[in-house]
Amino acid sequence: MTSTPSQNGKYAIEARNLHIYYGNFRAVKNVNLKIAQNRITSIIGPSGCGKSTMLRAFNRMNELVPTAWAEGEVLYHGKNIYDPDVDPVEVRRHIGMVFQKPNPFPKSIYDNVAWGARINGFQGNLDQLVEQSLEDAALWEEVKDKLDQNGLSLSGGQQQRLCIARAIAIKPDLILMDEPASALDPIATLKIEELMRELAKNYTIIVVTHNMQQAARVSDFTAFFNLGDERAGILEEYGPTEKIFTNPQKQKTEDYITGRFG
Amino acid sequence: MPTISPRENLDRQIQQLLDQILVLGSMVEQATHNAVNALKNHQPSEARLIYDNDSQINQKRFEVENTCLTLIATQQPMARDLRIIASVLEIATELERMGDYAKGNARICMMMKWTPPSKVMADLPKMAAIATDMLHRAMGAFVAADAELAVKIPQEDTKVDDLYNKINRSLIAELTSDPSMIDQTNLLIWAAHNLERMADRVTNICERTIYVATGEMKELDVTDDEQEMKL
Repeated sequence: MTSTPSQNGKYAIEARNLHIYYGNFRAVKNVNLKIAQNRITSIIGPSGCGKSTMLRAFNRMNELVPTAWAEGEVLYHGKNIYDPDVDPVEVRRHIGMVFQKPNPFPKSIYDNVAWGARINGFQGNLDQLVEQSLEDAALWEEVKDKLDQNGLSLSGGQQQRLCIARAIAIKPDLILMDEPASALDPIATLKIEELMRELAKNYTIIVVTHNMQQAARVSDFTAFFNLGDERAGILEEYGPTEKIFTNPQKQKTEDYITGRFG
Repeated sequence: MPTISPRENLDRQIQQLLDQILVLGSMVEQATHNAVNALKNHQPSEARLIYDNDSQINQKRFEVENTCLTLIATQQPMARDLRIIASVLEIATELERMGDYAKGNARICMMMKWTPPSKVMADLPKMAAIATDMLHRAMGAFVAADAELAVKIPQEDTKVDDLYNKINRSLIAELTSDPSMIDQTNLLIWAAHNLERMADRVTNICERTIYVATGEMKELDVTDDEQEMKL
């Protein structure tokens, strides 16, 4: 099933007839999914339905698993990122990622944010980039007087915002988030969600979440993945979040979001 | 090993909510029916009871509302569950208003002097019977989420409207022949009007049933305006 139109008519990335395999096992089957630009799209679904696999397909992160391979296309600015001439490292430079567990480097707060820019040979004002990124990640006020402290000294919620600052410092236009708040307490979670809404003004966000209320609160579009034949993940339904959560079109979506399975 | 359904608790609570709203519906049916009977038979002491009992309807409505809000706060309902709960909130309001119409008719009964019965006294119970029957079936359709039935019920409103128009014409005729009856006639016009409004509100309940069943919020066609133009 294909996507609904984005509200602004623009798409950041598009999966076309995408299958993802781990060895012989097909983890995701024939997904067609267009991600609206400057919007938040959430991916929900039961465990093992290929949500995270799908997310990682958007920046070729799956390839870090040796047996993983993909068939089909992921079009980014009109170019298939799986074409042989595309360097996956280059892809990841444009498509940032934030993980479930905050994973700052055991370095200073400053270095955490400056890291990507440095290895990319950034020529501009690094101080300014660090400040702006921390500002955009809603962390600046909390850390501006201790930039030389170790990133790991921050609280879990702050560490996650530091990781978001690190991701946006490389100026991606798409940010992938894999359960970004599942290891955080409710207040830190709400802060991340607020931040996501802020970030969506300038970035496109795709977020995988097990927390349906989070998907309902934060995202503009929701993609429901489900287990299909031979345990392959399929895109069951995709649409505006308000529609998915008040009046889903498919019985399986209804059953999942109302807690009848999963 | 017992099987555990992940939402047994929620299913049970929603069923209890539906039971509650059915009880509220029955209370309103009863009040409507009793008020018109009291009016027809000129039983002001009966009417007094109905008038006072309206507070029980209001109380029940608050209970229903409270159950809905608790479910929303504790269960984060989605999709059809959410549509049911939101609709029950709306229907509880409709029923409470219908209860007020019954209370209004009880009050009219208390205000009426005993006079030779107007000819309309035969038609008022007919109106009430159709309106309460519509309500009864609308509530049944709601708990069964029967959209097909919900579309049909409002069409019967024309029967109520026809009787209303007939009663109005008849009362105006009575008034013309005996202007001293103006107060009584005026009260009876109000009583008929209350029943007419009550039947209109049944349509709102049917609209909610369609919302629960299909997720669509759409207005069901009511032909009131055309009816009024025929007056």
